[in-house]
Amino acid sequence: MDILELQNLKKYYATQKAVDDISFSIPKESIFGLLGPNGAGKTTLLRMITGIFYPDSGSILFEGKKFDPVKDILKIGYMPEERGLYKKMKIGEQALYLAMLKGMSRTDAVRKVKEWFVKFEMQSWWNKKVDDLSKGMSQKLQFVITVLHEPRLLILDEPFSGLDPVNSNLIKEEIFKLAQKGTTIIFSTHRMEQVEEICDRIVLVNMGKKILDGSVKQIKQDCKENIFKVGFETIPQPFTNNIFEIAGSKDNFLTVKINDGYNPAAVLQEFLTRGASIISFNEILPSLNDIFIKKVEDTKFSRQFEKVN
Amino acid sequence: MKKIWLVIRREYLTRVRNKTFILSTILLPLFFIGFIAASAYLSIKSVDREKIAVEDNNGIFKNSFQSDKVITYEFPPDVNAGNFKERGYSAFLKIPNKYDSKLDSISLISDKQLGITAEDKIKGQINAAIRDKAFLTNNINKKILDSINAIDEEDLYKFSTVIKQGDKTAVSNSGLSYGIGFGSGILIYITLFIYGAAVMRGVMEEKMNRIAEVIISSVKPFQLMMGKIIGIAAVGITQLLIWIVLIVGLSSVATTILSPDTLQHAQSINTSVAAAGANNTAALNFLNTKNEILQAPWALIIPCFLFYFIAGYLFYASLFAAVGSVVNEDPQEAQSLMLPITMPIILSFIIMTTAAGKPDSPIAVWGSLIPFSSPIVMMARIPSGSVPAWQISVSMISLVAGFVLTTMLAAKIYRTGILLYGKKVTLKEMGKWLFRKS
Repeated sequence: MDILELQNLKKYYATQKAVDDISFSIPKESIFGLLGPNGAGKTTLLRMITGIFYPDSGSILFEGKKFDPVKDILKIGYMPEERGLYKKMKIGEQALYLAMLKGMSRTDAVRKVKEWFVKFEMQSWWNKKVDDLSKGMSQKLQFVITVLHEPRLLILDEPFSGLDPVNSNLIKEEIFKLAQKGTTIIFSTHRMEQVEEICDRIVLVNMGKKILDGSVKQIKQDCKENIFKVGFETIPQPFTNNIFEIAGSKDNFLTVKINDGYNPAAVLQEFLTRGASIISFNEILPSLNDIFIKKVEDTKFSRQFEKVN
Repeated sequence: MKKIWLVIRREYLTRVRNKTFILSTILLPLFFIGFIAASAYLSIKSVDREKIAVEDNNGIFKNSFQSDKVITYEFPPDVNAGNFKERGYSAFLKIPNKYDSKLDSISLISDKQLGITAEDKIKGQINAAIRDKAFLTNNINKKILDSINAIDEEDLYKFSTVIKQGDKTAVSNSGLSYGIGFGSGILIYITLFIYGAAVMRGVMEEKMNRIAEVIISSVKPFQLMMGKIIGIAAVGITQLLIWIVLIVGLSSVATTILSPDTLQHAQSINTSVAAAGANNTAALNFLNTKNEILQAPWALIIPCFLFYFIAGYLFYASLFAAVGSVVNEDPQEAQSLMLPITMPIILSFIIMTTAAGKPDSPIAVWGSLIPFSSPIVMMARIPSGSVPAWQISVSMISLVAGFVLTTMLAAKIYRTGILLYGKKVTLKEMGKWLFRKS
């Protein structure tokens, strides 16, 4: 069952096709990565999912039904990349206000806010103002405010930017806990190591179009380039063959790239017939970072303005 | 609806709890009352007494000049333009032997301006003396002349303007209605700016703090905008009510304290001075206006004032919100974008100044019907009591319709502007947003 299904979404601005015919679906209870370089259209996409923008065309299904911004945004928690809070408002009051805007009753909101403040050791902040907080502190507060109403879909745009490793881990753990409790999480970022660590599935968008879609494992498989790392007791003498090419060597390891039409077994056989003493043989899958760079590199570094009809 | 209510509540509470709000709400009426009390007190108590030395070689003026509480005339023989100061006179009035053409000048010599009222009084005395002399030389009996001069027309009749429209008649007092009209016009003018700017600043704050996106993922932009506008309206009404209560309360306290004193003064001036043709009008006016003010058509003025105060604010507030939403970090931008809004308000103010004096002139009538200027101009007309009912209804209906229209248009700009960062928005672009389908 998918919690969210996007069908042929389009959103054009005066000078840019911000989102140009994107479709994908997000399974329930998954941690989903929305990746893309700056200006790829991620924020526009997220704003459509959160009901802030209406798509020019295409449709959004939320829990199998047509997305109804008024009702469904109550089940969504959105932490935008541009963090924002009222600077002059007291923190406790502010958290209550934002929770109640998400449809919580006052008593529920008070209970929830207190619970989270205890969890994140923020009890003493209640009567302080946001002005008094450091950047990292207000980041934590922003996260708490986003999850207060127990959204079924949680959208986090660069949630770790500006956080130190300790607080980063604190929030990461909470994200995992929420996912275990059944919250679906959309995670928008361009920090690939975090995606690899956290996400089950990803979509990569660039220039308003979807380039990749699938589980992290599958995408790595799909993008692999038949590169293997072979370990030897002693490195064999170089020899020429048409089964593979040696891409590099380090210590007792050779990195080989298998040519089209051959399989790993042929490589092993080739080494064995030459009497090499193999002690390990591993496939090297590309990191998401490599895939990202490779996929995005082909296009221009910065998006150009274009004419939109 | 529940969400709008939450937004209204926040806007209202954060503002009303603000220290600046509390201070300005309490201090302003105190200043106001203090100012009025001080000027009333000054006008009664500390009138500058002037002693004037007159050189009157023909001896005509000696019998004719009447000293009063303010100006005393004396006719010392040896005082001249050079020594009047040492002799304790504040001015020296030199009347030549012959005065029968434009070339002859009667001059008042002093080391300071005596003020326009004093000069007028002195001129009045001279003219009266010349006139009296002319009557006497033409064989008019001195007794008859005195009895004619003693006529005080004010005692003989009371002048009143009656406005008759169909079978409805109302007594009008143009001076008073001018005052009330002008006052309420200015009050609406000022509050439009104060609260309009508050809306704009509030919107800018939300945009700059980047909280707009967080909130808009919970409420619709329109709800956020209306919540803010209504919340600030509630703040305005609260402030107005507090002011009214404080001003009415304090001024009744002030009058009870001032009263005995004022009355005494007024009476003494009445008996001793009025006959002499010179009087201190301030104290009399003070008592008269109090009674006259109560006669104004308050039953019409108060509800209309509240209506135009609120509806006028609502008409302009959404426009201010729209401007706030397109401004980026640069406050200069706000200035230039505000111009299209402030121009009609300032223009209304100019029309209002005419409308208060001539409530039924065409420009006043038109100005009070068109929603852009009606809140200010109509309030200047209403105290006259001569505005036909149909004009009031047309004005009110068009203002409400105008408010709905401006709000709809402003909401379109607001919705786009509030999430748009780092881009300078031109009026042309805003125009495009207006006509874009949602």
